[in-house]
Amino acid sequence: MEAPAVASPYSKDLLLTMYRKMYLIRRFEERAGQQYTLGKIAGFCHLYIGQEAVAVGPIEAMRKDDYMLSAYRDHGQPLARGSDAGMVMAELFGRGTGYSKGKGGSMHIFDIEHQFYGGYGIVGGQIPLAAGMAFASRYRNEDRVTVCYFGDAAANQGALHETFNMASKWKLPVIYICENNRYGMGTAISRTSAVPEIYKRAAAYDMRGEPVDGMDVLKMYEAVKDAAAWCRAGKGPVLLEANTYRFRGHSMADPATYRSKQEVEEERKGDPIPKLREYAIKNGLGADADFERIEEEVKAQVDAAVKFADESPEPSLDELWRDTIVEPGEPDVRPRERVLGVKVENWPSYPSGQELKVTWDLEPRAQAEAADKKAGLTN
Amino acid sequence: MPELMYREALNQALAEEMERDANVFLIGEEVGRYNGAFKVSQGLLDKFGSARIIDAPISELGFGGMSVGAAMVGLRPVVEMMTWNFAILAMDQIVNNAAKLRHMSGGQLRCPIVFRGPGGAGGRLSSQHSQSLEANYAHFPGLKVIAPATPADAKGMLKSAIRDENPVIMFEGERLYALKGEVPEGEHVVPLGKADVKREGTDVTVITWSRMYYFCMQAAEELAKEGISVEVLDLRTLRPLDEEAILASVRKTNRAVIVEEGWALAGIGASVVDIIQSKAFDELDAPVERVTGLDVNMSYAANLENATQPDAPKIIAAVKKVLYRQGA
Repeated sequence: MEAPAVASPYSKDLLLTMYRKMYLIRRFEERAGQQYTLGKIAGFCHLYIGQEAVAVGPIEAMRKDDYMLSAYRDHGQPLARGSDAGMVMAELFGRGTGYSKGKGGSMHIFDIEHQFYGGYGIVGGQIPLAAGMAFASRYRNEDRVTVCYFGDAAANQGALHETFNMASKWKLPVIYICENNRYGMGTAISRTSAVPEIYKRAAAYDMRGEPVDGMDVLKMYEAVKDAAAWCRAGKGPVLLEANTYRFRGHSMADPATYRSKQEVEEERKGDPIPKLREYAIKNGLGADADFERIEEEVKAQVDAAVKFADESPEPSLDELWRDTIVEPGEPDVRPRERVLGVKVENWPSYPSGQELKVTWDLEPRAQAEAADKKAGLTN
Repeated sequence: MPELMYREALNQALAEEMERDANVFLIGEEVGRYNGAFKVSQGLLDKFGSARIIDAPISELGFGGMSVGAAMVGLRPVVEMMTWNFAILAMDQIVNNAAKLRHMSGGQLRCPIVFRGPGGAGGRLSSQHSQSLEANYAHFPGLKVIAPATPADAKGMLKSAIRDENPVIMFEGERLYALKGEVPEGEHVVPLGKADVKREGTDVTVITWSRMYYFCMQAAEELAKEGISVEVLDLRTLRPLDEEAILASVRKTNRAVIVEEGWALAGIGASVVDIIQSKAFDELDAPVERVTGLDVNMSYAANLENATQPDAPKIIAAVKKVLYRQGA
């Protein structure tokens, strides 16, 4: 094989890790789809197949303690952040061994140990939450970044516009990743949007915004690496529009008849998983044997996840009366500790209200007075 | 004991809790440089700075949801809604996120946050600005709902709400803010979930909360002149309801009238009646009466506005009805 003209800036380890994670999501989702048709999974189940690069690139570019949250197409991100695949699958199965004890299901995966703050079922509802998490980091003078995913259709929700305004005005360290898969359920985004290029909306809030090829994991990686550095430098929020495509319907209930076969066939040629494999091989950063080994390992991992979910019991009926109100002194549940009996050390902890010193001056007095003066106020 | 206005009592509670815990911050429209639309946050910006007393844009959904996010990662936001009518815009974040985070996460997350602001009629403000919306919020598991009537309760319950580990919805009142009452200094904490017998009596229990409390006390005074002994039970917390206190009082007097500023259908009073009829049916000497706002939208005209709301004469009539002393 001929050596490439320019050496790749990436390590073999990074490329293989990304491949493993993308393949894990693909395989997990294929099996979830299959289990849905078998009746093991019910309700809504939104698969991530085709969009894997949008989760994996950013996660490899982030710090482990950075916060992340998403909408209801939410299996991919936690898997890529290191969640236990069996416990994610068990949540889809509605079993007591799921991350949320089977109370949330497919749309509400939460894994706080891995800083994954949830899947949310109301379109755009997580967008203000992400700004609030970033606000808290700024308030405590931490240099954490929050990464928030939302779909293209959420760009037309008021919550997005209200939040972008505040996030930009207060320079909050938050990266918004719009997963533009071109359809809000069955409606093409161009049919409902005056400006279908979502990234352009950032300009209205004097906020950085740019499009990214969401079918290329390395482009996603670079974009988020750069955006995270920008946020950590205190320059404010960033909007990235990841142009991607879901190979399956909106949910398992959607046969996706609003898209032509031809369109789907065409998009499948841009599959991000073989694309990364080809790149790695071309650059001498992986051989077929490496990828075959990873695929075998992931298949076994997902088989075990399905088996774990299938063999797990339903939640006990006592659970009905837990987790609605926090009782005085009640601790938070650490899922892997509860389910697997392992010691979970990696859990967020913050300074107490007595230790914390707030030094942030969100709106310096002089700045406020100058704005008043400019507006014509005299006193 | 010093006498304070309701708004001053709230101001004290905020200042004390913010001093006690740096995780507590206040956000809302006009809370900072303007010192609060109703002056509840008077002087707090100078004391705590602009990261802890935050002037928000008019984006109730946005800053409401942002505060929920801050609470998810350990801060303790107090969100001032200029009135609860405007908070309807934020209801998605309160109901779909704040109230459900503990549940959706299977116990991994908590959401210690207070949403507070005035509810009920403010006086000559017409239909969009005069609603009593506490029943809407009391409907949702995962929330606590409080509506203190007196300055002392306002202070003590706001302090409890800020320290609570759950989302708390607090109804104040535009017509309560200037009312005065004795307020204990310093560490005065009133537990959530506990009703309070504000006036003891033996003939009939009048159950109420928030501003209607004052009409009930007025009615009780009038009725005392006729030899009728009224017990006034101030619920204070509307979710969870203090069943024990409701039943104890009704078992004593065997008669009940429930006074509610809001609408009758699916109101809080309907749930109180349900508790009484299912758990103290045999001890009732008369059907329970309700006095509520009329089932119409609030008008601007003074006479229409007054006629829409409960008042002391309506309460007196209801009390006489349950005592079978109509026309007496």
